Amino acid sequence: MGQVDMMKKVPVSEQPAAERAHNFQEVCLGYTREEAMDEATRCLNCKNPRCVSGCPVSIDIPSFIMQVKEGNVQEAYDIISLSSSLPAVCGRVCPQETQCEGVCVRGIKGEPVSIGKLERFVADTAREMGIVPKGADEKKNKKVAVIGAGPAGLTCAGDLAKKGYAVTIFEALHKPGGVLMYGIPEFRLPKEAVVEKEIENVKALGVEIITDFVVGRTATIDSLMEDEGFDAVFIGSGAGLPKFMGIPGEQALGVFSANEYLTRSNLMGAFKEDSRTPIMVGKKTVVVGGGNVAMDAARTALRLGSEVTIVYRRSEEELPARVEEVHHAKEEGIIFNLLTNPVEITTNEEGWVNGIDCIRMELGEPDASGRRRPVEIPDSRFHIECDTVIMSLGTSPNPLIHTTTDHLDADKHGCIIATEDVGLTSREGVYAGGDAVTGAATVILAMGAGKAAAAGIDAYLSK
Amino acid sequence: MFEIVVKKTLGPKITLYEVKAPFIAKSALPGQFLIVRIDEEGERIPLTICDYDKEKGTITLVVQAVGAESTRMESLQEGDCFADVVGPLGRPSELTELSPEELKQKKLLFVAGGLGTAPVYAQLKWLHEQGCPADCIQGARTKDLLIMIDEMEEVTDTLYLATDDGSVGIHGNVTVALQQLHDEGKHYDLVIVIGPMIMMKFVCELTKKLGIPSIASMNTIMVDGTGMCGACRLLVDGEVKFACVDGPEFNGHLIDFDQAMQRAKLYKDQETRILLRDQEKETHHGGCGLCSE
Ligand SMILES: Cc1cc2nc3c(=O)[nH]c(=O)nc-3n(C[C@H](O)[C@H](O)[C@H](O)COP(=O)(O)OP(=O)(O)OC[C@H]3O[C@@H](n4cnc5c(N)ncnc54)[C@H](O)[C@@H]3O)c2cc1C
Ligand code: SF4
Ligand code: FES
Repeated sequence: MGQVDMMKKVPVSEQPAAERAHNFQEVCLGYTREEAMDEATRCLNCKNPRCVSGCPVSIDIPSFIMQVKEGNVQEAYDIISLSSSLPAVCGRVCPQETQCEGVCVRGIKGEPVSIGKLERFVADTAREMGIVPKGADEKKNKKVAVIGAGPAGLTCAGDLAKKGYAVTIFEALHKPGGVLMYGIPEFRLPKEAVVEKEIENVKALGVEIITDFVVGRTATIDSLMEDEGFDAVFIGSGAGLPKFMGIPGEQALGVFSANEYLTRSNLMGAFKEDSRTPIMVGKKTVVVGGGNVAMDAARTALRLGSEVTIVYRRSEEELPARVEEVHHAKEEGIIFNLLTNPVEITTNEEGWVNGIDCIRMELGEPDASGRRRPVEIPDSRFHIECDTVIMSLGTSPNPLIHTTTDHLDADKHGCIIATEDVGLTSREGVYAGGDAVTGAATVILAMGAGKAAAAGIDAYLSK
Repeated sequence: MFEIVVKKTLGPKITLYEVKAPFIAKSALPGQFLIVRIDEEGERIPLTICDYDKEKGTITLVVQAVGAESTRMESLQEGDCFADVVGPLGRPSELTELSPEELKQKKLLFVAGGLGTAPVYAQLKWLHEQGCPADCIQGARTKDLLIMIDEMEEVTDTLYLATDDGSVGIHGNVTVALQQLHDEGKHYDLVIVIGPMIMMKFVCELTKKLGIPSIASMNTIMVDGTGMCGACRLLVDGEVKFACVDGPEFNGHLIDFDQAMQRAKLYKDQETRILLRDQEKETHHGGCGLCSE
C-alpha cells in the first residue's frame, strides 16, 4: 500500500485530454486494485454514515468500502447488489457530488471519499471475475410486461425475474438500454463492455426482451393485458421528447436536437467510419444548454472534428451537468459561453446555418427553483459564427402511452401519475417509474423507481 | 427477425416485399408507416405500408431502389429476413375515424404520384372494404412506372391514369389531370395526395385555388419514428410538427413545402457517398468531389 494523502482522493488515471479529444474510447480508466484499496482506507466507516442518506437508493456505502479495503470484491458486490442493479453504470454516471460524495464526512475538510470510482471498481472487477446475479429457484405462474428497456425497465424486470415471474420487456428501439444505449456516449459509458453486459445479466435471469415493439402502436397496454394475458404492467418509457426554443431559424439545415445528434452517433454508430447512418460534422458547432446531454453532444461533435462552443443562459455554478463532465469538456478544449442566451439562428440563401445571435445575461433575483434568474442585458446582442447548432434544452415524456391507454392519468407535462412508494398508476395492475413519471432525471432514480415498482407488483400479484 | 414471404418486381427497380409481422399486421391502419432496417449494419429507413393481412399476419411494402439502403435491399430474397421492422407508426388517416355513413357523404379523390401509389392503395382498399370506394388519379413519368394498376382498379371507384409522356391515360402530370377533372365539372370534398414532395406541393397549390380541402402525407427524414429526435420536423401553419407522431398526414394547404423540400436535402451528400462506396467498393478512389475528407 502506498502513502495515502487523507485529504485528497487517490487520483484515477484518465486518457490525456489531447488524445481523447480525437477518439471515442472511455475517458476515465478506473482504479486499479491497489488504488481502490488505498482509496478505501480514507473512509472513516462513520457510525452515522451521511453518504448513505445522500444515496437515492441507500447503498450501504461504508460496508462495501470496508470490504474493498480488505480486497473482498465479491462481498462488496453483494452488498451493493442489495440496493442497486446497475453499479457499473451508476459508478460512471451518477452525480456523486450532489449525492453520496456531496455529504461525505471526509469532504468537510478535504475531498470526499471517491465513492463513485470505488463502486465502479467493484462492479467492473465483479464482471471480469464472472460474478452474475442469481436467478429464481421457483417459477411463478404470472406474467408481467415491462415497457422500455432503460434503467427503470431493466431493473424492474430483473427484480421480478429474481422472484420467479415471467417477464417480457417491450422496447421501441432495435436495441435495449434506453438512454444508456442511445444517449450517453461510448467515451463515458462503453456499450459492449458495460451496457450490453448489464443487459445480458438481465436476460440471464430469464427476462425476454422484444425489440422493435412500440407500445401504444404495435399493441396497446389494454391489449397486452386482455389479449396477451399479462397480469401486471410496468411503464418505464422514459422522457424522450426533445424541446426546441421556438426562436427564428430553428428549422434551418444544420440545426439538430441533442437527441438526434446523439442517437445517430451512439445507437446508429455514425461516429464510426463505415457507418451507414450519416451525421453532420460542422466546422464550428454551437451547443445550446448546460446539462449532461449538452456536454455529451458537445464532446461528441468535438471528437468528430468540430470546434465546439457551449452557450448557456445561467452561470457556471448553475450548470446542471455532472462536475466531472464539465471539467473534462473544458480540458478537451470546449469553449463555454455562459450567461448567454440565443435569440435567432441565422442562415445563408440555401437555408444552411451560418451563425447564431445571442444576448448577454446577468443574474437577478432567485426564481422558484431557488436559482438566480438570468435577465437580459439591454443592447448586448452579438453574433457567433457557426455551421451547426445542437439544441439541448431538456426532454419530456412521450404522450403515446397515456393517450393510448384507457384511464391512465398523466399531468400537464405528460408525466404519468404514480404513487411515490411503489409507482402505482391510476390503473389497477399498471405501475410506472423513471423519467416517464418524473420527467428527465437520473439513472439512479430511474433504477430506484424500477426496484420499488417491482416490490409493488410482487405484493399486488401475491395477494 | 422479420421474414420476407413474397418478393415481386413491380417495375424498373420497384419491388414489393410481403413480410411476416403479426403484431404490426393486427394493428395497422391506412396512413401509417414502418421503420425498417435491413441488417445489423443497416440504417433505419421509413417506408409506408402498402397493404396488410391480419389473418396471414403479414404486411406489404413497396420499395424503389434509389438510395443506398433501398438498393441494397434488392439483394434480399424470399426466405431472407429484415433485421428490424417497427410499426405501425404515425397517426392513421383521419378517414378511419369516420363511420361508413359519414364516409358515404364525402366525395373523395386520391392523387398518387409514383411510389405514392403504395400507401394510397392501403387507403383505397380500406375505403372499398367500408363500402365507400373513392376516385383516384394515379400518375407517373411513363407507363412502365405505373405500378399495381390491376389492384388499384379493383379497389377504386374510378381510376384515372396520367403520364407525363402521354404513354397511357391523360397526357400530363397529376396536376393537369386534376385540373381536367375539375373542368369537366367533377366535384370533390377532399383530396388526399401522396407522392414526391414537389408533386404534393403543386397539387396542394391547385386544390387551394380550387377551394378543395387537402391532405398530404409527409415523407421527411426520420431516425426513430417515435417522436424522440425531431429529425422529421416541419412547419405546418407556422408551427413545428413532428411528421412521425403528429403526422405523417397534414392539412396540405398549411404545410411549408419549400422548407420541407430544403430539409430533405440535408444528408444528400453523405447518402451519395455511401451509395458510391457500396457500388464501387474498393475501386472508388475519389475524384467525385463528394469524398473530400
Ligand atoms: C445524453 C444523456 C446523458 C445523460 N447523462 C446522465 C448522467 O450522466 N447521469 C445520470 O444519472 N443520468 C443521465 N441522464 C439521464 C438518464 O439517462 C435518465 O434519467 C435515465 O436513463 C432514465 O431511465 P428510464 O429507464 O426512465 O428511461 P430511458 O432510459 O429513457 O428508457 C426508456 C426506454 O423506453 C423505450 N420506450 C419509450 N416509449 C416506448 C414505447 N411506447 N414502447 C416501448 N418502448 C418505449 C425507449 O426507447 C427507451 O429505450 C442522461 C440522459 C441523456 C439523454
Ligand atoms: S460519509 Fe464518507 S467517510 Fe463516512 S462512511 Fe460514508 S464514505 Fe465513509
Ligand atoms: S423521426 Fe425522430 S422524432 Fe420523428
